[in-house]
This record gives sequence, C-alpha cells and structure tokens, in this order.
Amino acid sequence: MRDPLLDLDRSEALRLLHEMVRIRRFEERCVELYSAERIRGFLHLYIGEEAVAAGAMGALRPTDAVVATYREHGHALARGVGAPSIMAEMFGVVEGCSRGRGGSMHLFDASTRFYGGNAIVAGGLPLAVGLALADRMSGRDGVTACFFGEGAVAEGEFHEAMNLAALWSLPVLFCCENNLYAMGTALERSESETDLALKASGYGVTAWAVDGMDVLACAAAARRAVDTVRGGGGPVFLEFRTYRFRAHSMYDPELYRSKEEVERWRERDPIDLFTARLAAAGLLEPGDLDRIEDEVVAEIDEAVRFAEAGTPEPVEDLTKDVYRRAV
Amino acid sequence: MTTTEKERTAEKATVTLTFREAFHEALRDALQRDPTAFLMGEDVGRYGGCFGVSRGLLDEFGPERVRDTPLSESGFVGAGIGAALGGMHPIVEVMTVNFSLLALDQIVNNAATMLHMSGGQLNVPLVIRMTTGAGRQLAAQHSHSLEGWYAHIPGIRVLAPGTLADARGMLWTALQDPDPVLIFENGAQYGVAGELAADAGPVEIDHAAVRRAGDDLTVIAYGGSVPRALAAAEELAGDGVSAEVVDLRTLRPLDDATVLDSVRRTHRAVVVDEGWRSGGLSAEVAARIVEGAFYELDAPVARVCGAEVPIPYAKHLEQAAVPQVADVVSAALEVVGSG
Repeated sequence: MRDPLLDLDRSEALRLLHEMVRIRRFEERCVELYSAERIRGFLHLYIGEEAVAAGAMGALRPTDAVVATYREHGHALARGVGAPSIMAEMFGVVEGCSRGRGGSMHLFDASTRFYGGNAIVAGGLPLAVGLALADRMSGRDGVTACFFGEGAVAEGEFHEAMNLAALWSLPVLFCCENNLYAMGTALERSESETDLALKASGYGVTAWAVDGMDVLACAAAARRAVDTVRGGGGPVFLEFRTYRFRAHSMYDPELYRSKEEVERWRERDPIDLFTARLAAAGLLEPGDLDRIEDEVVAEIDEAVRFAEAGTPEPVEDLTKDVYRRAV
Repeated sequence: MTTTEKERTAEKATVTLTFREAFHEALRDALQRDPTAFLMGEDVGRYGGCFGVSRGLLDEFGPERVRDTPLSESGFVGAGIGAALGGMHPIVEVMTVNFSLLALDQIVNNAATMLHMSGGQLNVPLVIRMTTGAGRQLAAQHSHSLEGWYAHIPGIRVLAPGTLADARGMLWTALQDPDPVLIFENGAQYGVAGELAADAGPVEIDHAAVRRAGDDLTVIAYGGSVPRALAAAEELAGDGVSAEVVDLRTLRPLDDATVLDSVRRTHRAVVVDEGWRSGGLSAEVAARIVEGAFYELDAPVARVCGAEVPIPYAKHLEQAAVPQVADVVSAALEVVGSG
C-alpha cells in the first residue's frame, strides 16, 4: 500500500500535528484547572484519542454539522469552536460557548454547527439523523458527522438511528470511537458481537474499522466516507479503534484495567507515532515541534486569561432561555 | 373570550365535523401553508394514521412530507428534534402517550433542555402529537393520561385540546412556536361530532378559557374531561347550582390567572383530571389555587381524578377508573355544601 505520507504536503502534516498537540495540551491544562477547582463537575478527557477528531474533522465543510458526546473538548476545538469560549464554558461564565449553562459536557456552538455536547449515551444519534434529514429535505448537500463511544452501541437509540439513517439513505457519518471501555465496562463484557463495523453493516450501512491512533488513517477514512455520504451513498459507519489514556472522568480510580494495558497503548500514542513518522519521512524540520508547542501554549494561556476574566451570569437570568417565546 | 372566539361567535356559518376531522384539517392546513412542515410517525402515511387522523395526506403531500417511520419512538422523535434544529417544522406523531415513554429521553433530555443548555443558541420548533386517555377499552398500555408528567418539564409547552375549535386551531400556532410543543389528543373524542365555524383557524395557546360562566363554584378541567365538566355543570344547574367551567387548554405553562380569577369570584373549586391524583396535574392546580386564593376559598379544593390503578379492559371497570359526570356533580355538591 502506498504510504499516505507521500501524498501529504508539509503544511497539512503540521496542521494535523498541531491540532493533536493543541487538544492534548488544552486538556492537560483542564486537569490542572480542575485540581485548582476552577473547573468543576464532570470532566471527561480525550487524551489518547486526539487522532480521531483531528483527523476526521478536516474532511468536513463549515456547512456540515457535528454532533458529539460529553467527551467533546477535542471535537469542539477541531471543529473551530474557539478555545477561549470552551475554557470560559468550563469556568461557568457567560462568555462560555453555552453561557456557562452546559460546562464540559455541553459545549454548543451554532456558528460552527456544533450540536453538543450530548451527555446521554447514544442520545445524540437520533439528532444527527434529524439534522441530516433536514439537510436532505431542504436540498442542501450537508453531511452530519456524529461522534460517539462504543458504549453507545449497546443502546437502543444506536440501533434506531442506524436503521433510520440507512432506511432513508441519509447523509450521516457515524464516527464510533471505540476506546474499549464504556466507563469501566469492557467491550467484551457488554457486546455479544465485538466487531462493531460488522454490527453496523447489519443495517446495510457501509462500515469499516480504522486505526484510531493513526491520524493519517483517520483523515483518509473520513475523507473517503464523507465523499460517499455527500455523494448520496447513504450513511457510513467508521469504527475508530482508539484508547483513552486517562481515567473515564476525574472520579475514576481505574479498577477495571491494568497499568500494563494502559502502558501498552501509550506506546501507540498518536502524537508520538505521527511525530516519529513525519521525522522519518523528512517532513519535520528542526524547531517545528517547539514552535507548535509555543503556539499551543500561547493559545491556551490566552483562553485561560479570557475565562478568568469572565463574568458569572446574573442570577436574575437563571430562567432565561427556558423558552424562546416568553411565557 | 379570545378575539378568535369572538369572531367565530359572530360568524353564523358552521360545519358539523368530528374531532378526528378537525385534527385532520389542522394537519392538512399546516402542510399546505408551511413548506418546512412535515408529518412523521408510525403508520401516518399508507395506513392513514393509527386513528385515521392523517388519512389521505400521503396522496396529497407525498412520502417525503408524510413520512412513515419504523417502530422507533426514540429514534424518530429524536430525528424530529434534529430536523427542527436543522430548520424544519416537524410534526411528529406518537400513537399514544404510553408509547411516548420510549421517547422520553429525547423529549426530556434533548427537546426540553436544548435552548437553555446551549445558552440560548438552539431552539427546537417541534410539535409532537399523541393520543391520551381512556374510554376505548384499550386497557393498561394504551389508555393512560400522562400529560401531567410532561407538564412537569420546563422547556416544553403542553397543550390539551378539549374543544373542536382547539382541535382545529392549536396545531398551527404550536407549529409556528419556536419551542417544542406537545399536543395531547383525547382518543375517546376522535369520533365525537359537533359544530365548528366554517372559517375556524388558528387559536392562541397561552390561556385557559371559561367555557361556561357560573357563580357558585369553578370546575377546572382539560382535554377529554371538558365535556364531562360541562355536562356536570348542566346537571348542577338543574339542582340550582351555578358552576363555572374553566378549560385549562395549556397544561404548561399553566394559566394561573384565569383559574384564580374564576375561583376568587366563586370561592369554590373542583379540579377534574383523568390522570392519577397522587403527584398529578390536579395536585398542581389545587396547590396553585391554595397558594393564590387561600383566603378567598369557602371550602377545601376538591379533586375528581382517575382511580389509582392501571386502566382495566372491562368496560364497567374502565368507566369506574376515570372521572364520570356523576362524580363531578357529586364533588361539586360537596363543596357547595349540598352534598
């Protein structure tokens, strides 16, 4: 097989690397801010899975829609939701992308068509079907990309959404991020069929598995899938095989997996893998990595400054936006 | 009386039609006038609607806009929410309120929360229609009145048409509303016929309505209980008791003002609700009366509610399980001190 690196120009390579590092460092800063009690509530980290969002999101147009889960900082960042407004959201201030009403699990941004931030497992899948239906009925050629974990595959809404999307041949890209654990429940402890692409293909949906630690594989799969979906080929299901390096949330003692297993997966850290590959291919120049780190740190510092300067929503506005039309 | 109702009173020409036909006309009108509107649900197309409400609409509007779905309540209600986010005005039909429990996640966790949770960015202009209520011997999984549960949820509007005018007129207004609206159609009323102004159209959806004026007590009802309350008032009139009947129409947000205004005049109240008494809508209405008009009351607020059982099949038991005219009359006589 032809190495996709050979088709990659340097700027695209650096963009992908930059995006992954950006997500990683952003979340590492979130952990510090959580420990400092600036961020509260649940905080679900994407660390280890960055290649999926960084790789897949580039296949979408601004007019497409994205539906994600409660582990969505990476998706929001990669989609173009501003880091300051995400950080402000986690600080619970009105400058946040959801005015501080949602927090880490409910990032929303209408301007980038980022529809959450959905914290009911599989609850976002029917929404994605509906967004795609609206595009189709309105004669638009949009694609709706729906990200969810493999835990969602056990939910009824997964099956209902897959069936509807396939039955109506809707433009949905189902991006299953299989990190092997639904909180603490391993895939083989919850699914009778652990080959998720096979399961999806039972609905007549084109489906295949992708190495979710390889950002180029993620990007290539998403491009091919989006082309199919946008071209009227119906929904596509991609199973990104990935791994969550950190705990499920900040309250997880990780009793369900061994340190050795985590270490084995860390050897396939998507950022390290890609960096080594770029270096070997001669696409990385001296100073590239330092520059990326510097840019990322500067952006995150600015995001934190923005969030720290944020204003709490006045309590008088507590019930604002329960209804758009005044009661 | 609303402006629309005044206009209708002045209008002489009326037509005789059933609630089913009124709901059908509302759907047809919406699909004709709003190009973003579409109807979606189980058997709404080829079958003509589980209760025949959408018969003929598939031929007129085609399968894209009268869209049959698989039996996937959560899936297609969620798709309705997504389509609303995408700029459409979906009308989602769920056969009965009992089945809507399969879609509760989508309604409560997504439709109701989206606007507030997204910081005011994303509204959900969606209508969900479903049948409610007993009276057709459909037993314990097709007959319950769970609209009170939905009325508990901030972020959605809950409508319960109890008159032909509302059956004909609420849908359009709900569909143009920027927020999710649930419309509860009383299943036992579908075949009931009555007179409706020939030019009946949209009605407002924010206020309760006084359906019959009276002085001695206020009977508060909604949906399928409205005709029973009116029949009870008629009977009470024969006993010399003048009952005012307030039709709540909208269960969320509740129009306290109309209820309290009536009770402050009559000083007595009976709340009729086909739903169960414990933790139900009747409890909410009674509590608001007590909160807002305690010192105006001359008697404790009375409630006539569904018996606290799963609705049984046998006709006599089913009838015994839901409020009947005689129950309302007897409760009314009790509160006016003639019981």
